[in-house]
Formats: sequence, structure tokens, C-alpha cells
Amino acid sequence: MPASKKVHVTTTINGEDTDFLCEPRHSLLEVLRDNLGLTGSKEGCNNGNCGACTVMLNGRPVDSCLVLGAEVEGAEIETVEGIACSSNLHPVQECFLEGAALQCGICTPGFLVASKALLDKDPHASEETIRFDLSGNLCRCTGYDKIVRAVQAAGQKMATKV
Amino acid sequence: MTTTQYRVIGSRPVRHDGADKVTGKAIYTADTKLPGMLAGFVLRSPHAHAKIISIDTSEAEATPGVHAILTNADFPNVENKIADLGEGSVNLSYLSANCMAQQKVLYRGHAVAAVAATDVHIAEEAARKIKVEYEVLDSVTWVLDAMEENAPLLHEDIVTDSMGEKADKPSNIPVHLHFEKGDAAAAFEEADGIVEREFKTATVHQGYIEPHAVVADYNEDGRLRIWTATQGSFTCRQQTAEILQIPLGNVLVTPCEIGGGFGGKITVYLEPTAALLSKKAGRPVRIAMTRADVFEASGPTPGSFMRVKIGAKNDGTLIAGEAWLAYDAGAYPGGMIGPGCMCVFSCYDIDHAIVDGYDVLLNKPKTSAYRAPGATQVAFATEQLVDEIAEKLGMCALEIREKNAVKEGSRRVDGPVYPPIGLVECLDALKQSEHWNTPLDGPHQGRGIAAGFWFGCGLKSSAACTVNSDGTINLMEGSTDIGGSRTSIAMQLAEVLGLEAEDINPQVGDTDTAGYTDVTGGSRVTFATGMAAYEAGRDLQQQMRTLAADLWDCSADDITIGEDGVFSGNGKAVGFKALAVELFAAGEHLVGRATVAPECPTNGFGAQIADVEVDPETGKVTVLRYTTIQDAGKAIHPSYVEGQLQGGTVQGIGWALNEEYFYRDDNTMANASFLDYRMPTMLDVPMIDTIIVETGNPEHPYGVRGVGETPIVPPPAALANAIYNATDTRMTELPMSPPKLWKAMQSEQASE
Amino acid sequence: MPTVFIPAQLRELSGGTQSVELEAKNVREIVYQLDVMFPGFKDRICIDGNISPSLQVSIDSVMTSRGMIAKVQPHSEVHFIPAIGGG
Repeated sequence: MPASKKVHVTTTINGEDTDFLCEPRHSLLEVLRDNLGLTGSKEGCNNGNCGACTVMLNGRPVDSCLVLGAEVEGAEIETVEGIACSSNLHPVQECFLEGAALQCGICTPGFLVASKALLDKDPHASEETIRFDLSGNLCRCTGYDKIVRAVQAAGQKMATKV
Repeated sequence: MTTTQYRVIGSRPVRHDGADKVTGKAIYTADTKLPGMLAGFVLRSPHAHAKIISIDTSEAEATPGVHAILTNADFPNVENKIADLGEGSVNLSYLSANCMAQQKVLYRGHAVAAVAATDVHIAEEAARKIKVEYEVLDSVTWVLDAMEENAPLLHEDIVTDSMGEKADKPSNIPVHLHFEKGDAAAAFEEADGIVEREFKTATVHQGYIEPHAVVADYNEDGRLRIWTATQGSFTCRQQTAEILQIPLGNVLVTPCEIGGGFGGKITVYLEPTAALLSKKAGRPVRIAMTRADVFEASGPTPGSFMRVKIGAKNDGTLIAGEAWLAYDAGAYPGGMIGPGCMCVFSCYDIDHAIVDGYDVLLNKPKTSAYRAPGATQVAFATEQLVDEIAEKLGMCALEIREKNAVKEGSRRVDGPVYPPIGLVECLDALKQSEHWNTPLDGPHQGRGIAAGFWFGCGLKSSAACTVNSDGTINLMEGSTDIGGSRTSIAMQLAEVLGLEAEDINPQVGDTDTAGYTDVTGGSRVTFATGMAAYEAGRDLQQQMRTLAADLWDCSADDITIGEDGVFSGNGKAVGFKALAVELFAAGEHLVGRATVAPECPTNGFGAQIADVEVDPETGKVTVLRYTTIQDAGKAIHPSYVEGQLQGGTVQGIGWALNEEYFYRDDNTMANASFLDYRMPTMLDVPMIDTIIVETGNPEHPYGVRGVGETPIVPPPAALANAIYNATDTRMTELPMSPPKLWKAMQSEQASE
Repeated sequence: MPTVFIPAQLRELSGGTQSVELEAKNVREIVYQLDVMFPGFKDRICIDGNISPSLQVSIDSVMTSRGMIAKVQPHSEVHFIPAIGGG
């Protein structure tokens, strides 16, 4: 099967107008990583089971490996690279660091995007809510304890800042 | 207990690589991109066991975009040479054949060919056009079946080795081990109580989130550069060079940031293939495994069959033990049976014991280490029997463990005696814990405890520190950092020099830059590479003392170096930084270096408490509360020690309750995805409380013991004991998944 | 004199003897003496004149990587045990 004709897609990524060419079969994750050099989003399973590739698509966290590049015409996308504001880390990033909520760090970008999405809605999310909401993100190093605590701490920080 | 007050050790600084890892800037192997880089795809066997009759690549070669195709014919013929990989040794012909199948494929997922093309999709499409003709053979995936005389034979040339004695005909049992201590048969005669059971555990995977990946660039001058996800850049270099039969010095391995390993990223799988594709194509090649490849073609840890028996006197003294263990080796010899045998009674002072162990070949991927390799399986058996005999004798589960816990001077079943160790202290901490002293409060609930052990090794590490003109330090070391070890190593250097952790810039060097360093494994990095950093700091101090003597116009012997790193002599007292600045201004420059090779195991003991609730309708186990206790010797960065305890524990919980390789009737894996191989999610576990015990390791300047592995050992046993206490049902098979537990509860009820 | 424990799998060579004391300064001397006492001992634990890579020598609970040249002290305890890896 010859490679299909490439599709031209116009989108906004981390607040910046971006356009790219991709094959119809290319996932958003491939486009981000291979075409646009945004390698912060990671591939852990490529079938939507690990959450390492989580990005925000029009305000919702999605597994970017399950979205086609061609689908995001006109969409707003935020990736882990867009969480920090110029040289300042976001509270969720700060709390992951202070709380040692990462070990190898491969799942961290996905967790940060998903955690920020949750806390933007509900900075006072309970442990139960956090565990439910982030259960689509797998971490094999930490046992999750410190991640849950970091998300809770970040929520508090975000609530006091507002 | 250690009482020394430290400034840096025991504090919790933000890790040096932290900002990179929370902003997406950290570069992992799959993030590496070289100019002109091609993508590789590995074609794998769909069969569990088959002869390769022929491979026809012609159609694939004609595919536009394809630059190179590789089959077993392209791999050098390596002899049956045993290569020492630092942490264990390996037969190179098996290692090579595991990277690319030779005459036979031995498991589904076994590599048979590879393609490099301009895009991974093109490479995959082309690979699918390669015609491999197979003659499918009978296969076997259950360890006891594989040991049968008429079992399908994986290797015609492998005979059982019983410590140097070779059997006279081939079998699937490459190794038989046997240990004896005292006279077990006589001791069982004298026992007042005896318990014996058979146990089974499933094959499980380390489940690191980052799939194996490599970038190889075979230069025109014969130099091979590799960027890879490895636990040990030097062992990766050696394995790759030996398989390709090229000089070690021609290979440069750069360890990228690594997304988890747990023992599964020590053996090479992709490196030689990527290198040969790159050589053929004349361009760099990147290969990344799919998640299915990771399950089917990397190295899970052994499933097992175990028969274990223990005997005790009425006062609870354990006097006799017997174990018969058979572990999956996978498709090639060299499984985890040795440590399995050595760990089956490692927590208890049993005078008379006999252990037999068998390494068993079967049509699964070659097994590899997974956190305390081989120890979790046997703990599942022994720690349940200890509970059972305690109940029989009317003792409490903790009391019998306290009574029989190994301590300094206790003799292991394989012979050596323990130096000072901390199991008794861990059990004491358990006894004092709030968790142990808080009763359960609901129906269908139960509490279980278990102890665990892992040796922890030393091996070789190097460190070099270059002093900057402002007195800060660039630390070069060679331990790939999986969980924050850069920082725990830097903290030890900071401590000895009287600096802050932030004054040190730790860097994990490549194989041309860092001094020789063995793998990140065996719970050794904070212990051994930390020791190297400490010694490098001492080396710096000695150099500075000599140079300061000139500066201060006194003899070096007149200058003392305090615990705070302050140099004092001839009426002066100057800290490290100030002296470094002074020396730099005087035209001196400073590089400290050290290599170490500590050889005493660090002996990590732990104990855990699990509370569960079992749904009688479904057999689902909910973990209500969990406490992990471990002797860390001395916790350098307590947050990351806690992280090791929590992470290992949750992996153990997954092993206990859900994880397993399912096989179809044709012995191919049925659940090679994260959806079907179900690791714990955040929702499946509670907070994991930790208690760090610090008994101080006399073999380390700050008393460090390895902590990484032991935490995975007790969970299946602790949970099985908790399930028993909740349901009166003894689970002898892992995983204790809802269908299995439900069935066991039904038959327990039927037999009542 | 150092005490050398005969691995259980080699006690068929030693007639059941579990340990022996012998005058030796290093592992090589131990192996050669044991091979004289219990013929065939060396072939069971050595390959090409070195300790088999599947084994390691434990001297006073230290897992030495120095094999045949590892030194032993007058009161040392010496064991030959399987090599172990780790995760």
C-alpha cells in the first residue's frame, strides 16, 4: 500500500499557531514527537492504556496516541512543554519535584497534563477523586503514593494563588 | 542505630534532573533524532516453537523507502563463550540467538528479521512482506511439563549441569542446584509440627513504561555509537561488541534517560540489530519496541512451581526446611533459580535444610531479573508456611518470626553467615507501628505480614569530580539514573566536602567518558557509586591538603580536615569552596577520582503489613492499608528511599493480585498489552506507609544498604496471609486474581 | 587454618565430608589441595583454570570477584556458591 497523500493541518499548540503535514495514518503523538519535535509526550503503549502521551485537546485530556494528526484541524492543543510559564514552573510541576513524585520520569509528562486538567476543574479534589481521575495514567516506579500527595499539594497551592 | 548528625545526608533536596523531567525536556532514547536517521522494525515469530526453513526478503527489499534488511545470516557466528557482564554472566551464542533467531524460533516474538526504512510504517509494511517459512514444532510453557522426559526439546545440545557434572542426554533442565545444611531428614523426625505445600506463580513482567529503544550509528571508520535505554552502559557496550565481534573500544554507548528497568534492561535485545542495520544502510537507525514486543520479546521474570516444607518444635523454633523449586528460564538457560534457592529460607535461622532447584527451558522469552530476582516466588511459599505453622502451634505470626529471625552470625542455607543485619529491627518496628496496633474493623477483612530479603551487591563503580573556579563541582559517574540516583550520589559527595547538594552538578557519563561502572541493579548504586563519589571527595581533599600546605606555608600533616569539610592548619580554617577558589587563583586545578569494588552484600531486610477486604461474591481483594518497613542502613535521600519502598511494594501487589502471562492453546501469549496484562493503577492501591529502619552498614562510609529490591519480596506472601485471615482460604497460586480466589473460596466452603 | 565448606553437590567426591580445614593463602591453593584430597573437585568448579562463571567464591561473607587469586585469612570461611544477579 503506497503511503497516502499528506494532509495539511492547522492548529494551535501551546498557544502558538502551528501547521503541519502528516499522513492520514499518523497519530497526534507521532506528529507531536516526530514532525514537531515536541518529545515531552511519551509513547508507552500506543494503544491508550498507559497515559504517558496525555495532552489537552480543546480543554480535555486525551491519549494523543489514539487521536489522528489529521483530526486536530482547528483544535487547541496543550502539551507538557506548555505547562511551565516562561521560566516559572507550574505549581503541579513544583509539587512533583518537591514531593519526589517521579522516579524514572517517563510517565511524568502524562501525569502532569492530566493532573493539571483535574486541578484546573477542582483544586480541592479528594484522594478518591484524584485516584479515579488519574487511573488512566500508569506509573510503575512510585506506587502512586507520592503522586497523589503531590497532586493534593499542587491543588492547595493553586487554590491559594487564585 | 546510627546517630551521626549529617548536614546533607537525610535531607530531601530537589533532584538535579528534576526540572528537565517535569518540563518534557529530558531526552529518552526514543526522543533522540540524528540527521538522516532511519526507522527500524523487527519481524517476529508468530509461533512458540518452530524451525526456520527459509527466509525470502526479495519483495521487502523492493519496497520504496527500504534501506536495509537483516536476517540471521548477517549476524557473526559467535562461539559458546561465557561473557562476564559484571552482574552475572551469559553465554554469547544464546545472547546473540535471542537477538536474532538462528535455526529455530523458541518463543512467540522471537526476532527473525529486521528492516530499516525512511519511516517506521514503511519498515513495518516491508517487514510484513518478508516470507518466512516455518516448520512448527510442539511447544511447552509450563515448567513441570517442560521437565518431562518426552517434553518438546528446546536445545539439542543442552544437558543438565549439576555443579560441573554433566548429564548424559539433553533435556530442558540446564541447571540443577542442591544445597544442604545440617541433616534435614533427621530434623523433620524431631519436629513437633510440620507443614508442607505446593505453590505456583505466574510469569510476570517488570512493566517499565518506556519500551526498549535504541539508536545506532555505525560509522564508516568502524566506530559504532549507540544511544540506548539501558541499566548499564558498560555491559551494553560489552554485549554489543561481543555479539558483533568488534573491539570494545570501537563502541561508544551513551545512556539516555531511562524510563524504568527493574532488572529488565540489562540484557541487549535491539542494539546489535540496530547496529547491523545502520552498517548496511550507512545511516543511523532507531528501533523502538512496541508494547506487545516488550511483553513477548524482552525478559519477563520466571513463573515457578515450588514444594516447600518446614518443621518446628512446640516452642516455635523452626528446625527443618526442605524446598524443591523449578523456575522458568525461558528459551535460554540462566534463570533466577540460584537466588531462589538461596532466598527460600533466608529470613529464618533454620539449622537443618535441604534445597533443590531446577532452571527450566520452555517456550517463553528468556527470563530476566525483576527486583530481587527469584526471591518473591519463594517468599510467597515460605512466608505462608511460617504463618501456617505458627497457627498450628498456637503462636502469633509476628512472634514466630521474631523468634526465628536471622541475625548476625546466622548461617544461610548456602553456607555463608550474615554480618550485622537488620531483620530483628524491622520486626521490632513492625511491632511498634501504629498500623500493627490498630485493629481491623469490618467483615471479610484480614491482616497479613511477611518478611523479605535481598542480598544487594557492590560490584564496580567509578566517579570523577572536577572542581570549578567557584568551588562548585562537576561530578562524572557512570550509573544510569532510573530513580534519582544522581542526587543520592551527589549528596554523599556534598556531605564529605562540606558542600550543599546544589553545589554538585552530577552527570551520567557515556562509556568513553565515565570510569568503568557496573549496572544500575542489585540495589547497588547509592551504595557503591555513592561510595565512589565519597572516595573521590576524599581524593580531592588529600590533593587540596598538599596544595594548601604550600599556600599556607606549613606541612600537609599540619592540616586537618573536619567532618564539615573545613581545612584547618597554621592558624587558618577555610571551607572547601573558599580553599578551592584560593587554589584556583593560585593556578591550581583539581580533579578527584576514585574507583571502588565493594564485595560484601548489603543485606537488605524488610517486613510488611497488609490489610485486605475480600468480596465474598466475586473474590476481589481490596487492599485497605499497607505498611512497608525496611532497613536502609542509612537513608541518604529519604523521599527516594520511601519511593523505592512504595514502588516495589505496589509492583509486588500487582504480582500478587493480578499480573500474569496468559497463554493460548498454541502457547502464544494472549495478553500482550497494558489493557490485558493488568498492572495496578492508582485506583487499585492505597497510600503505602513506610518505616525506614537505619541499622547502619559497616561496609559503607555512611552506612548505606541497598533498598531497591527487597520491597517487592513480601507483598504476595503478606497479601496471601491477609486473604487467609479474611477468608480461611489458603492461596497457593499467583496471581490471587478474583476468579482464582473465588474458586478457592468455593472449594474451601464445600470442604467445610 | 581457613575452613572450606564443600558444596553439597560435591560431597559425593568428599565422601560426605561437609567442611575441611587446610593451610592456604588464596583460593587457588584451596582448589588445588581439595583436588588432591577429592579427585575431580577442580574440574567441577573450574573452567579453563578459573572459577566457573556460574559460581562465585564467598570468603567470610564477602562475594569476591577475584576468583582463584582471592586471598584467605587464617580464620576465614570459604564457600563456593552460585553467582547471583539483581534487578
